[in-house]
Amino acid sequence: MNTMISLAIILIVLSFVYTWGASASRRIAAKTGQRLHSRPPYYGLYLVLWCAIPAVIVFIAYTLLFPQFQAAIIDSYLPQAVLNDPAELSSQTRQIENILNGVSVIGTPEPYQLEAVRTLRSFEWIGRLALLALAAVAAFAGTLVARRRISPHFRARNRIETAIEMVLIVCSGIAILTTVGIVLSVLGEAVRFFTYVSPVDFFFGTTWNPRFSTTGSSGQGEFGLLPLLWGTMMITIIAMCVAVPVGLLAAVYLSEYAGPKFRFFAKPLLEILAGIPTIVYGIFAAFTVGPFLSEFGSMVGLSINATSAFTAGIVMGIMIIPFVSSLSDDIISQVPQAMRDGSYGLGATQSETIRKVILPAALPGIVGAFLLAVSRAIGETMIVVLAAGNSPVLTANPFDAVSTVTVTIVNQLTGDTDFASPQSLVAFALGLTLFVITLCLNVVAIYIVRKYREQYE
Amino acid sequence: MPQSKSNRELVASKLGKRHRSETMFKSMGLGAILIGISLVGILFGSILYKGIPAFWQATLHLNLTFDPEIIDIDPRPTQQPGQSAADFHDELLSWQRALRRAKWDSLIQAAIAKDVPAAGAPDMRRTAFGLVASNERVKLWEMVEKDPGIIGQTVPVALVASENVDVWLKGNIDRDLPQRFQQLSEEQQKWSDELYKDGVIRMDFASSLFTNVDSRSSGATAGLLGAIVGSVMMMLIVMVVAVPVGVMAAIYLEEFAPKNRVTDLIEVNINNLAAVPSIVFGLLGAAVFINFFGLPLSAPLVGGLVLSLMTLPTVIIASRAALRAVPPSIRQAALGIGASPTQAMFHHTLPLAVPGMLTGAIIGVAQALGETAPLLLIGMNAFVASVPSTPLDQSSALPVQIYLWQGNENRNFFESRTSAAILVLLGVMITLNAFAIFMRHRFERRW
Repeated sequence: MNTMISLAIILIVLSFVYTWGASASRRIAAKTGQRLHSRPPYYGLYLVLWCAIPAVIVFIAYTLLFPQFQAAIIDSYLPQAVLNDPAELSSQTRQIENILNGVSVIGTPEPYQLEAVRTLRSFEWIGRLALLALAAVAAFAGTLVARRRISPHFRARNRIETAIEMVLIVCSGIAILTTVGIVLSVLGEAVRFFTYVSPVDFFFGTTWNPRFSTTGSSGQGEFGLLPLLWGTMMITIIAMCVAVPVGLLAAVYLSEYAGPKFRFFAKPLLEILAGIPTIVYGIFAAFTVGPFLSEFGSMVGLSINATSAFTAGIVMGIMIIPFVSSLSDDIISQVPQAMRDGSYGLGATQSETIRKVILPAALPGIVGAFLLAVSRAIGETMIVVLAAGNSPVLTANPFDAVSTVTVTIVNQLTGDTDFASPQSLVAFALGLTLFVITLCLNVVAIYIVRKYREQYE
Repeated sequence: MPQSKSNRELVASKLGKRHRSETMFKSMGLGAILIGISLVGILFGSILYKGIPAFWQATLHLNLTFDPEIIDIDPRPTQQPGQSAADFHDELLSWQRALRRAKWDSLIQAAIAKDVPAAGAPDMRRTAFGLVASNERVKLWEMVEKDPGIIGQTVPVALVASENVDVWLKGNIDRDLPQRFQQLSEEQQKWSDELYKDGVIRMDFASSLFTNVDSRSSGATAGLLGAIVGSVMMMLIVMVVAVPVGVMAAIYLEEFAPKNRVTDLIEVNINNLAAVPSIVFGLLGAAVFINFFGLPLSAPLVGGLVLSLMTLPTVIIASRAALRAVPPSIRQAALGIGASPTQAMFHHTLPLAVPGMLTGAIIGVAQALGETAPLLLIGMNAFVASVPSTPLDQSSALPVQIYLWQGNENRNFFESRTSAAILVLLGVMITLNAFAIFMRHRFERRW
């Protein structure tokens, strides 16, 4: 409610400033008899920018500085003995913050703590008033400065457009920032993990047995990546065995044989598979496909686990079919008609043309599509969480339960998230591995697809 | 002298084979499509088959007498003259507490005993009450609290049956299993069947699925409301954060950015970001939003921000495609009559690209709605039995609720519950996608 009121006040002030700017520019133009460089709304907007930006800067500075002031005040009240002991200092600081926020604390607080809280309360009050006053002064000063600049020759529109472009640049920067954020956060935590476990043991270990973090640092688990990587690979291979033939043949039929009517219905129907949430595939695998396969296996005398690499792989393959088919479809339809006509002219049948001319010509692009599909299969989580069986051992039998990198990330990070133990930090090392593998696949795939697409244009 | 075959004969002998292989290849292609489409059918069929029964729920329609001897309670206190508001409030609270302690189970038992006299035996209270979902007594005391005059009257009440009765009556558990594997006692089985035959237990639409929050103590009354509200909050955050930022980034990259190595790198980066596994975004959320910024676990705010970052590349790519589809002549005409590049963009190109951008944005939001893995890493798999009122409260989300329910130990009941929740999720997604397709057809323009 409070935020709504302040938001309303801010909006009212800004619209007031806007009107002032716009009408002032009109008045000036009328008085001097000159034409304005820009239309009046731009002058209004210019004033708004000059009103808002200084206030925002004050606000950001306050948010950044306030915790430091607060820490300094707390420190000034704590006795020297507490200040010298880092553990005690952080616990007492947290205690004081809890009292301040009205959270109940265990035990009776010391008098000096209460004293600190009292000072902090009044400081907070004063701080808020100061913030309000400073922001108001900054906004007012900014508006006045901008107001004085308004003249018929002033290029308000160009200023506004520069500002807009800045905003646009910042927005594109967020995409970069996300990548940087992923790399830094995952890498940072992974490096912390490698201070506990050597990278050699992690990357070349063949046993995965992390133990629980409660057993203490003495009970170090074994963090061998290979069983997880192997499980991931096995599921990916099975998935590709399902998705590639079905997807590729479907794409060939859709782009070469199908009439427009059939295509109009069949293509969206196939693409439904791409829009279904992966949790749904996971449930489908766990409740329907797994039991069916295990029953089928016992009928033909095979022992198939209901949750196994096989189950997860097949369902993941189904998920990837539309991905393979629509990317291949794009690439096949970009092969120029002249190549088909040439082949027909030599007397080849349609299937011969497709197999001997079109597919070889489209091959690099299709390989790119496959790589993208592989990277998707490696990073897929919910299907394997529900259907792979979570058994991190090295096994060559696809009908056994396995575990994957993504399953293990989920297992290690759900529940109590204590970011200090190797048991949860390992999730970031796994995430880093996953990120690097998929990054390589993606970059190669994007490079191939892009390069190939330009070839015939 | 053996005459070598003429070319014509050679061709003729091979032609049959070539035509056969042509047919083979063509039918393989058609087969692949049919396999794909039948997989869609199987997937939806199995979910519908399992999920639809869960929308109907065994409900007991009882004529319940609020017997004043069983609910032995003083009349609802009224504020006496001279009594302070605080004292009155205390008195009211203690009255409500007493009300909650009344023997609601006996009331239900007595009502059931009207139809099944055997259930009225004094030692059968627990057995009879076992037919009703344990949360349902709340309904009774809320009725009395609202209208204390109801005591002494006989009122028709609909109470949700317990999940075991539901499973038993729907036949989702093998009735021939030995008794030690059954969750209902023999009496309960017999009574359920009798009550069902008499029409006391009916299959009603499971409105509690949409009006209740998740529950641990009684599965039959567990609902999706909390998860739906959480998901809606996250979708709103994605719409507010990812869509404008993505559109503006697309505008810059497509219209203003110089074409050089830096922007090329940005483009590759965005394409790559679209292919980064979603779970890595969950790691980002756990490390940055929760560990570094100290935002609360399980909050829709964090979930929404993580999903926004994930959706951003989709929105950017779709918006760029929409901008590219606007013919250059529009821009040139605007520039020709003296508009600045910004004006040409915002007044002329952008309005024409908006439908395409909107389509991309809706598809992106729908994708975000179904995403589960990153939410698990930021703690949204916690059990939450409340409806979040702000984005900083603990909350669940639809896909995570599905994940939690599939792991419930009362498997034969929750399997259909899970499928029902999936149907709700798919329903929302299909609506969104249909809307996107409608938009595309309605506003699509070819130049």
